[in-house]
Amino acid sequence: MQPTDVSNPDYYHKVVDCQWGCPAHTPVPEYIRLIGQGRFTESYMLNRESNVFPGVLGRTCDRPCEPVCRRVRVEGEPVAICRLKRVTSDLKGDVTDLLPKIPEEKNGKRVALIGAGPASLTVANDLMPLGYECVLFERMDRPGGLMRTNIPSFRLPGGVLDEEINMILDMGVEVHYSHPIDSLGKLLDEDGFDAVFIGTGAPKGKELRIPGRDEGGANIHIGIDWLESVHFEHTDSIGERVLIIGVGNTAMDCCRTSKRIGGKDVRVVARKSRPYFKASAWELDDAEEELVQIVENHSPSRFIIEDGRLVGMEFDVVEWAPDESGRLVSTKLDSTVIPCDDVILAIGQDNAFPWIERDIGIEFNEWEMPIVDRTTFQTTRDGVFIGGDAAWGPENIIWAVEHGHQAAISIHAFCEQESLTDRLPYGMNLVSQKMGLHSWSYGSAYDESRRSQMSHVDLVERFKALEVEVELGFDAEQTAVEVARCLNCDIQTDFTANLCIECDACIDVCPVYCLTMTENRPEDELRLNLTAPAENIDQDLYVSADLPQTARVMVKDEDLCVHCGLCAERCPTAAWDMQKFDLLIPYAGKPTWTKTPETELTTSS
Amino acid sequence: MTQTAKPSVRHPGLKTNKLGLTQRDYEGTQSTLCAGCGHDSITAAIVQAFFELNIAPHRVAKLSGIGCSSKTPTYFLSEAHGFNSLHGRMPSIATGANAANGKLAYIGVSGDGDSLSIGLGQFCHAMRRNVNMLYMLENNGVYGLTKGQFSASADVGTKAKRGEENQMPPIDPASMALTLGASFVARSFSGDRKQLVPLIKAGLTHRGFALVDIISPCVTFNDHEGSTKSYAHTREHGHEVVETDFVPLLHEIQVEQDHGASTAVTMHDGSVVRFRSVDEHYDPTDRDAAYAHLKKLQAQGEVATGLLFIEPMSRDLHELENTVDEPLVEVPFEKLCPGSGVLAELQSHWR
Repeated sequence: MQPTDVSNPDYYHKVVDCQWGCPAHTPVPEYIRLIGQGRFTESYMLNRESNVFPGVLGRTCDRPCEPVCRRVRVEGEPVAICRLKRVTSDLKGDVTDLLPKIPEEKNGKRVALIGAGPASLTVANDLMPLGYECVLFERMDRPGGLMRTNIPSFRLPGGVLDEEINMILDMGVEVHYSHPIDSLGKLLDEDGFDAVFIGTGAPKGKELRIPGRDEGGANIHIGIDWLESVHFEHTDSIGERVLIIGVGNTAMDCCRTSKRIGGKDVRVVARKSRPYFKASAWELDDAEEELVQIVENHSPSRFIIEDGRLVGMEFDVVEWAPDESGRLVSTKLDSTVIPCDDVILAIGQDNAFPWIERDIGIEFNEWEMPIVDRTTFQTTRDGVFIGGDAAWGPENIIWAVEHGHQAAISIHAFCEQESLTDRLPYGMNLVSQKMGLHSWSYGSAYDESRRSQMSHVDLVERFKALEVEVELGFDAEQTAVEVARCLNCDIQTDFTANLCIECDACIDVCPVYCLTMTENRPEDELRLNLTAPAENIDQDLYVSADLPQTARVMVKDEDLCVHCGLCAERCPTAAWDMQKFDLLIPYAGKPTWTKTPETELTTSS
Repeated sequence: MTQTAKPSVRHPGLKTNKLGLTQRDYEGTQSTLCAGCGHDSITAAIVQAFFELNIAPHRVAKLSGIGCSSKTPTYFLSEAHGFNSLHGRMPSIATGANAANGKLAYIGVSGDGDSLSIGLGQFCHAMRRNVNMLYMLENNGVYGLTKGQFSASADVGTKAKRGEENQMPPIDPASMALTLGASFVARSFSGDRKQLVPLIKAGLTHRGFALVDIISPCVTFNDHEGSTKSYAHTREHGHEVVETDFVPLLHEIQVEQDHGASTAVTMHDGSVVRFRSVDEHYDPTDRDAAYAHLKKLQAQGEVATGLLFIEPMSRDLHELENTVDEPLVEVPFEKLCPGSGVLAELQSHWR
């Protein structure tokens, strides 16, 4: 194998699995260490820089960081990264003075943002400090988009949402509520914006066209519309027997909301079996804790209407098996009727752009979706950008935030008449963490604790009002445990080949057999000839330059390294060193060679 | 010296041996030797060898004298019996222990000071008596615990850390062992795990005294330029005369394959040690030829390594003394100590 090029930020970035897995590349281990030091405000601000809504995401994120957490590979359960993020929000102090400063003198550029969801708000957050005038158009009378109307307040209290949205709006964003845009062409022609960003989400819930749909219409609801109507208090009750069709995270919100406004016997009905459910495992757990029944392998066939009123639903009971091509196909075993008073359809969302004219230079594909560049987020019309769920269909909030960051970079480049495709490069800093003969500036010891469980408000109490937040947040002890469980994957094992005397000390002391000195060979052979075979091909091998005495190479399998630092501690020549990797993420107007006030605040210690 | 203990976290795919133990179960406490010490590497090789030989740790006795090397039994096989003896007196303790219980596996760890200066006499007699044990001589050419003075194994002309040259000729444990009739003589290097592990395994399986002299650089006092026992010098001047492959009895059938021009020596228990001569016509069962070759390489400034000599069917202390097979602790008390009546009768026999 070629010696590994660790000067490319990607190599060490990939070692920090959580950060690599996070669309916004939040520096997770660093913010966890700050929590450990009691520096909640700094930790919050470090989060805010990349993910903008730490309080919201600390409760609602889909957590792409957790399944990839190294701890899963080492002992089975990830660090509770998401809930630690909430800790920073719960315990932070006043951040007003730490927020980006907005120049009084504007740069003369006006940007329209359509839809006040996480994507548009992130664009405003990134552009306002650069002197842009941002004009936000929202069809409803309050900001937040789906964060507001689709996530029930027992999961995300309105106050948390308001606080974080206001941090952005208070930068001086010009907001027009109850102002749906019904013609993009008109906006582009008449209002003289320098750029337009569309972050209108995927607002159309999918229909289920089976017999009885129209006749039973009064008691058949579209999930996201129904949640919105509950939020606006247009709906305040539901029948006792409720069926939720679909088993994604919207279905989870629908069933739990039903339980709070009159539903007694609430069932979620899925076409497939549990391993294929789209809902996050923890959301399923939370629903089942509230005695929602999950019904598997039931495919809806018709609504049963008696006397013009919905009384039940008929399902095919099916089983699934792969066909020759490996695709799962269902076989009907039986049919069954489940009586019900109301049905909520939560089977997906579509985009809808009736307000974008098809003759203004924005091309659409065969699925009636605008063509959007994956890198620049620009449509086929210069100066019109799309991000969030509006771009390629439903994703999660953290993706919308990242889209917003990238679109802001593009909008800034567009307004500065620079290339949109030459993206700002990532940078990195590596700093040795050695403090003395046996001390490192981070907690290098491996902590054996198991993952902390989130405490919930008891079942009776939580159903008293819709706004009672179910999760109590971590207490000090749980927080301390979770902080200690983090393996500090950003403290990198950095190797200098020409210092090595090949004494084996590092290899012998490694508790998880990461290291090998061997003759260099092709990667597939190397993987089988290590101290422990490197079977996880998703994880890289580090290969050093030739060692001075024998011309062998030092190989490190990144898979299971617990970053305990013993290799560096046992190394007599400091060929191994533990160095903190700081990924420098470019943002609009902030290339990585300029440090932002936030990062200086948190990394200069 | 490391203060942080090796964490308990284990590789989830850790293999177990026939006893259901993992290699981690053969470790000891965290080493307190200097970081980079050759001895730690030897410790790791010992851990690997015992693990691979499926020896239960509690069926092992580990013995040592005084010195850096003699600290190391703490760092492997925590569950084994151990005795840290007086300086240079480990061979007597090992002889006594072995006489009382021949059923344990004995490993003695000593250094060049412990074996070649203060304990030279004891070392020679253990070989002469062919005590059934593996004797690891961790040889770094200096007294590390007292700040790096030359030891009895320092080569003529080797330089101390401050520059003075050694003038006195070294005692070479391997050639001495050959002349004293040792039945298993090997030499290796702490930095060559591939060579060392099969030698430890063969030495543990050998019935009789098995000497493994291991060049083990002292990273603090003897790893500089001009030293003949540094990592770099040993790598440059180490000369493998035979490649050794230890094949335990149980695996014999599976690994039957073409080994080129290899010769095989069958051990007491049926295990096989295979040799492939690196130097042409080297015969590790010919004591005189081995000695001559060793001396020839020494004259050229080379250090012969590998299993230099083996006499697989040698008679160990128990056979020579015709003692009981079972450990004395298992011999019934009446038989072990039959009383004054029996003694009187025996004495009357000689009157």
